Order: sequence, then C-alpha cells, then structure tokens
Amino acid sequence: MTGLHEPTLPAEWELVVGLEVHVELATQTKLFCGCANEFSTEPNTNVCPTCLGLPGSLPVMNETVVDFAMRLGRALGCSIHPSVMARKNYFYPDMAKDFQTTQYDQPTNRDGELALADGTVVGIERAHIEEDAGKTTHVGGGGRINDATYSLVDYNRAGVPLVEIVSHPDIRTVEHAKAYVSELRDILLAIAVSDAKMEEGSMRVDANVSVRPVGSSELRTRCELKNINSIRSLGRAIEYEACRHVDLYESDEAPRQETRHWDEDGGRSTAGRSKEDADDYRYFQEPDLVPLTPTPEQVAAIDGAMPVLPAARRARLGELSAVADDVVATVVERCQDALALGAIEAGADADKVLTRIQNDLAVDDWSAVTGQTLATLVQMESGGELSATQAKQVLADMAAGNHGGDPKSIAEARGFEAMESDALETLIDQLINDNPDEWFRFTSDDEGDRKKMQGFFTGQIMKATKGQADGRAVAELLSRKSAG
Amino acid sequence: MSALDIAAAVRSGERSAADVVDEYLARIDARDGELNAFNLVLAEEARAAAAAVDATVAAGDDPGPLAGVPVALKDNMCTRGVATTCSSKILEGWQPPYDATVVERLAAAGAVAVGKTNLDEFAMGSSTENSAFGPTRNPLDVDRVPGGSSGGSAAAVAAGLAAISLGSDTGGSIRQPAAFCGVVGMKPTYGAVSRYGLIAFGSSLDQIGPFSTSVADSAAVLEVIGGHDPLDSTSIDAPTFDLQAVLDRGVEGLRIGILRELSGGPDSVEGITSDVQDRAAAAAAALEAAGASVQEVSVPSATLGLSAYYLVAPAEASSNLSRFDGVRFGLRIDAPTTGEMMTATRTAGFGTEVKRRIMLGTYALSAGYYDAFYGKALKVRTLMLAEFATAYEQVDLLLTPTAPTTAFPLGERTADPMTMYVNDVCTIPSNLTGHPGISVPFGVGDDGMPVGVQLLGPALSEPTIYQAAAVLEEVAP
Ligand SMILES: [Zn+2]
Repeated sequence: MTGLHEPTLPAEWELVVGLEVHVELATQTKLFCGCANEFSTEPNTNVCPTCLGLPGSLPVMNETVVDFAMRLGRALGCSIHPSVMARKNYFYPDMAKDFQTTQYDQPTNRDGELALADGTVVGIERAHIEEDAGKTTHVGGGGRINDATYSLVDYNRAGVPLVEIVSHPDIRTVEHAKAYVSELRDILLAIAVSDAKMEEGSMRVDANVSVRPVGSSELRTRCELKNINSIRSLGRAIEYEACRHVDLYESDEAPRQETRHWDEDGGRSTAGRSKEDADDYRYFQEPDLVPLTPTPEQVAAIDGAMPVLPAARRARLGELSAVADDVVATVVERCQDALALGAIEAGADADKVLTRIQNDLAVDDWSAVTGQTLATLVQMESGGELSATQAKQVLADMAAGNHGGDPKSIAEARGFEAMESDALETLIDQLINDNPDEWFRFTSDDEGDRKKMQGFFTGQIMKATKGQADGRAVAELLSRKSAG
Repeated sequence: MSALDIAAAVRSGERSAADVVDEYLARIDARDGELNAFNLVLAEEARAAAAAVDATVAAGDDPGPLAGVPVALKDNMCTRGVATTCSSKILEGWQPPYDATVVERLAAAGAVAVGKTNLDEFAMGSSTENSAFGPTRNPLDVDRVPGGSSGGSAAAVAAGLAAISLGSDTGGSIRQPAAFCGVVGMKPTYGAVSRYGLIAFGSSLDQIGPFSTSVADSAAVLEVIGGHDPLDSTSIDAPTFDLQAVLDRGVEGLRIGILRELSGGPDSVEGITSDVQDRAAAAAAALEAAGASVQEVSVPSATLGLSAYYLVAPAEASSNLSRFDGVRFGLRIDAPTTGEMMTATRTAGFGTEVKRRIMLGTYALSAGYYDAFYGKALKVRTLMLAEFATAYEQVDLLLTPTAPTTAFPLGERTADPMTMYVNDVCTIPSNLTGHPGISVPFGVGDDGMPVGVQLLGPALSEPTIYQAAAVLEEVAP
C-alpha cells in the first residue's frame, strides 16, 4: 500500500521496454590495474597511477573479468566473439582519463536470451565489458555539477569492472520487467560473478521506455530512465513513464528522446539531457590494449563448469514437491535449494522441507544448517517430537550454530518435549466438553465449518500448552474422536 | 668517450662514476645555458646515484652493463618524485609517483640520469621550437634547430652533455633529430620497448629508443631497455635482443633496397634536397661495396604516410590529452564551475600546436567524419603493412634519407605547420607499420650540417638493422 496514486496504462496502449543493466563484477582486483575492487573504504585509497589516469600509465586487462563476462554471456545463451576495447570520449571529473574504456562495436557477448518463469523470452542484444567511473559528490548549489560550490571525487570505484547487459525492447509488461531483473539477479548469483545488489549499486538498471497502440509493431520515441534503485522502483518508474507518454500522445504531443531521472520519493521522472545535445563520444579502438581472442577451448571450459541455472533448479524442486511455485522460487532465489535437496535426499518430506526453509530460514547466514540436520529437524517435527512452533525456534538456533547446529541437542537444551499423548487426549476431551457447539460443527458434513472448527480446537490446545503440543498429533486425535 | 668505454672504466674501477658524472655536469653547466637541451638537471640525484654505483663496484658486486653512464631522459618519461613536464605548462608542478619502466631499467643497469630534456610540447613537432620552455638549439650550429620532437635528447648527446639519452619516436622524433645533430638514433619495433611511464602522444605509434654517438652504444642501451613488460599490454613477449654480438658480422649477402618513393627520384615524394639524396645514394653504394646487394624497391603507399599519420596521431592524441583537465594533477585555472575550470585550464595550459592537433584529431573521430578520415587512415595503415611485407620478401632492409633536408634555421618553419610536417615524410611509414628504423650519420650536406641515413626493416629485425648500421658507421665519410 503506497498512499500515492499509481497510474495504470490504458488498455489500448502497449508498453515497449528494453533494459540496460550494469553489473559490477566481484573480482579481487579492478579491470585494468592491481588495485582492490573494494570501494566502501576510505576515499581514494584503492587507487594507483592507472585507475587515477595519471600521465604515462597504461591499462592491463584483468583476465578474470573476461572469464566472468564470458560466463555471464554463456549463462544468457550468448555467442562469444573476438572483441576489442574502445574508448568512449567525454569530459567528466570522475572519469579519470576523460574517456571510458568499454566495448563498442565488437562486444564479447552477443545474441542471447533470458527466459522468465512464465516462459516469456526476452532477447539479449549484447553483454559487454567496461570500466566504472569514480563517484562524485557535488557540494553546495543544487547538488548538481552545474551549480555546485565544489565537488569531491572518490576514485576507489574508478576502474571497477562492469558488464552491461542490453536487452532487446521485448518487454511488454511491468511484471515482466521486474521478473527479468529478478531472474538476471538469480543468474548472477548462481554463476557467482556479482553480488548483484540493486540497493548498493552493484546492479544498476536503466529502462528504455516507449508505448504504442496495441496491435502496432512500430517503435516510438523512447526515454531512458536512470536512478532506479530497486525492483519495485523499476515497476513504478516504467508505469509512470509509460503513462506520461500516453498522456502526451493523447493530447497530440509527443515525448522527445531523452534521459530522465527517476525520483522515487516524488514518484515521477524528470527531464535530463536530451539526445540533441548529447555528446559525440568519438569511439575508437583502444590502442593500449590488445584484442581479446577467446578460444573455443576457453568457451568449452566455461560451458563445462557452468552451474545449474535458477530456471533448471526451480524445475528440479518443482518435480520433487507439490508446494506453490513462489515457495520454490524463494528457496532458489536465496540459493537454499542445495540445502533443500540435501534434506530431501536424507529422507525428509520435500514439501515440509521447502515450507520450513521458506518460512523460517530467511536469514543472511544459514551456513551452519546442513541437509542432514535439516532433515532430522523436519523428521522430529513429523514424528511429533516437536511442535511447529518449536521446530521454528530450533531451526533459528541451528542457523545460529548453537549446540553445533544439532537439532536434538538444541531441543533438549530448550526443554522441548512433545506432550504425552495421554495428557493431550485428556486436554482435548476437556475442550470437547466445554465447547459442545463447536464440537458439533466440527463433526458436521459442512467442509468449511469443519475446517474452521479444526482451527478453533487446534488454537485452543496450542494456547493451553503454550505451543508444546504437536499439531499432527492434535489433528489425528481430533479426527479419531470425531469418527467416533 | 663512448658509453661502453665509460661503463668498462667504471666497472673495472679505473674511473669512478662520481668523476664521470662530475665531468658531464660541468659540461652541462658550461654549455646548456646556450643550448637549452635540459628542462631540468638532476645534479644532486646524479651524484647520489653515481656514489651508489661506486659503492657497488667497491663491494665487488656487478654495477650493471651501463655502470656510471650519464643518461639524459626526454621529459615525457615519468620519473618518480621529479617534475615531468612534456615541455608543457599544463603539467606545471606535477611530480609522477612512479618511474617509467625504461627509467627503472636504465637505473638497474647502472646508468645515471643527469637530467630531463626539452621537447616539442607533448612530442608534437619536428624542431623542439614548440616548447613552453623555449627552443633547444643545435650544438653544431646554434642558429639552427636540433630537430624534434626529441631535440633536447639529441642535442645533449651531440654536445657531450650526456653519453646517451632516450627519446620517443611517434613519427620520426628520434631519427630526425639524430640526423640533424649528427648522432645515432634508433626507433625499435613497436612493442619492443615498454611504453609504461611514457606520457602518450599517439599510443599506437609511440616508441622509446636511444640516442648515442655510436652504433655499439645504441645496441647496448636497447639491450637494457628492451624486453617484455607486463605493465604494457602492447609489449612484445619475445626474448630480449642480443645486438652487440652482431655488430661485426658485416653486410656480406644482405639485400638492401632503396625505397623508390622516399629516394628523391621520379616516383618519390617531393622536397628531398639533392645533397641529401646524394648522401643516401653514397651510403647505398658503400654498403654494396661492403658486400651487400642493392636494388630499388617500390612501396607506393609510402607516399600516403604523411596524410595517414596526421589523422591517426592527432586522433589518438585528442583522446590521450583529455586527462589534462585540471582535476587531478598539474595546472588548474580556477573558474566558477567544473566545466569552466577544465576549459580555462586547457586554454591556458596547452600551446598552439597541441591545440591544433587536438582539434584535428577530435574532428577526425567525429560522428559522420570517422569513415572519411580516421577510418580511411586505418585502411592506409593496413595497405602499407601489406606493401612493406611484400618489399621485405625482396630485401632484408630498406634504405632512405632520414629527413628530406639538413637542420634548418630556427624560426624558418614555425609560421607554416605544413612545412614542418613534411620533415617526417621519410620516418613516418615505419611508425604506421610498427617497424624498426635507425638513423646513422653519413657525411654532411652542402651547408656543412650532418645528413642522416635511415635503415628500415620488418618487425623485430633489430639485429639485422644493427648489423648493417655498424657497417654504415664504419664507412661513413
Ligand atoms: Zn588502480
């Protein structure tokens, strides 16, 4: 719930979106020098002549970057090409050399695709290597370069390796745009080339947005939206921008091609530079670097080492269980599917494993939990040794590594013991006595009533036992008693 | 005294490096006020380095093959903690935090840097008149230019202010001043010497090389500074040269080609004076007399070199020189906004010729003009590579005059850039192809000034080039 009016695209208009995603690669060192790829430290400490663009310095290609970029390319189904680096010339204080070294007309990765969970396929035009700029803080004035009193530049980020993934304008709905970014992030995490955090800027999404009447195949003037900091923000920005275009067209005006700045707080986009006064970047081949010529053996090695990608991992869990798709998606997104498979292999019920993980393991560090210990936990719960509430608490302790992560030791230390079934039966008999109307409804043929009353009795029992009762045992007893 | 003689004397303990350095510093003191070969004399540093060499000798350790040899460095090579200016106001106050690879290698070999030499600003010029610190004069006639852009390095060696020096050659900037000053100047194969720490002019053309008074010294210096450098991606990963060993092999059986288009004859570029043509012809005849076979060889695209060069070099320069923006180092002219500060700094910091080339290069790369200019120049480069490859199937080396004329009077060509640019017509092709070339003095012109003859070869043919250069040196008048 937002409280703000979220505009909706009228049904007779169709959205046309292409996404440009910049991803910071998680290499040890920068793209062209030996400086640490780490820029949350003291400003201007991870710098050297090369990433400061000092006169006489030269770039040397970081081979790991090329490897990571090709890994990403192959994960997106791209073909790998010989390539050269190029210079994109423009003056900006945080661009140390006043040109960016990037790939222009000969990118490493071309012509891939990304399949979304619902089967929609988005074409990938290219995924190319380039360097990041430093970070400028404009102080005074309006906080922009044009009116700042002074500007501070931190070059720790200068020369950090990026891959820019450019999609075709194949995206037709806001949901697909969000799913694309989410899926791309899952892939990046799966192939371990980036931590892909939009909020921290290691994954930056620009959206090229235009609209057209439904049924048309034209590509109308697009605007490039920048400063989108989350997937949710991406959806809002696209929706807003598309409606802005429709409003213009419907009042016989037209958008002009420009870069626009998404204002998350204001919920609107504001005009940046228009294409007419855009720089001429004067691209040419970078003479200080030699061409990249990946061999078929290198590409084969990358393919051979390619981990199973999220789509296939989701499919695997889907085959093993009957839980809802979003449960599986969450588990895979959190990279907890290997854990789940381990627990299932160790004999635990697949649905219970996945549900338990999805509900109760949304923590940053769960490395102390193993497939075996998780299986034990789930089996203890199934066997009535632990109630659901207790299992949740034990799992939290397991993730924290308490008692060596051993569920039995944890349960013992916490004093969790399943209630004796005699005691439970006595309690239930008491409840039936005290609530005859409810019991009558429970035993009726009305399925809805029966469910409702099952919830009532279970709740009462849990309340009376402070969660110590085992849900399954309660259900069995209720069922047995109602049968007569 | 040659550099190798100095090194031998210092290594044997016959002479101290301190003594050698004092002698050269005294000569600089006496002569450089007039010549202006040096932007900066490193007297204190040189004495300290010489003392270290002497201590190494005294300790019985190896002081290196160039022990105690005074070397002058073109002031576009980075020296740690020592001002490096490119003879431009824009680098005012900047001290590099690191040494160029060549500077490190010379120091490791025992050579002693005595100073940083004058050049045409950012190596853009052929007379060392485009310097923010005033022109360098030719030691053989102080009313004439020493050539350029490495004029300070050439003049320093010619006047005995350094035993050897380093220059950089983007379109002839080592070979042409060597010819004008009567010394040996070598531009190695592109990638044979690391460019790390050389402040770039035209990155795909720039190459560092030595000036010396003898071919043997030149070979010794190239052996030291050459070889793979992991800090320069374009550095060739090949074994280091063994050059001194080939110097006495003679030219018996070598095939020498006279490059028709750069000979002054009917199909040649214009402007090569008859006395220079005669000296080059005499050099060819002398090689023939020494046992080489000589024939005429045609490389038609050699005549296109100048035009292609004046697109490629300025294009790369326009990008290389963008970083001089007042933000991180050197000159800064304050202004209300960052953009205005950059403009004011570059307006005040760059000289006329540098601005001209930045504008030329910016234009050549612009959208809509790239194909007609920069793109076409790249095609010429490809064509030249193919034609030179064919030529080198017929001959081992090519011979041309180094420059069309001898050293011209100061101020004669500053008004018209084109008359300056044609100076490099004979040297430019090997920068475009990346091939090596050496200029060896061979007699004098009608004006009594030295003439240089150039030997060119295919990539990594340095041993053959030195082999023939040693003969030329021996038979020179
Ligand atoms: Zn660095």
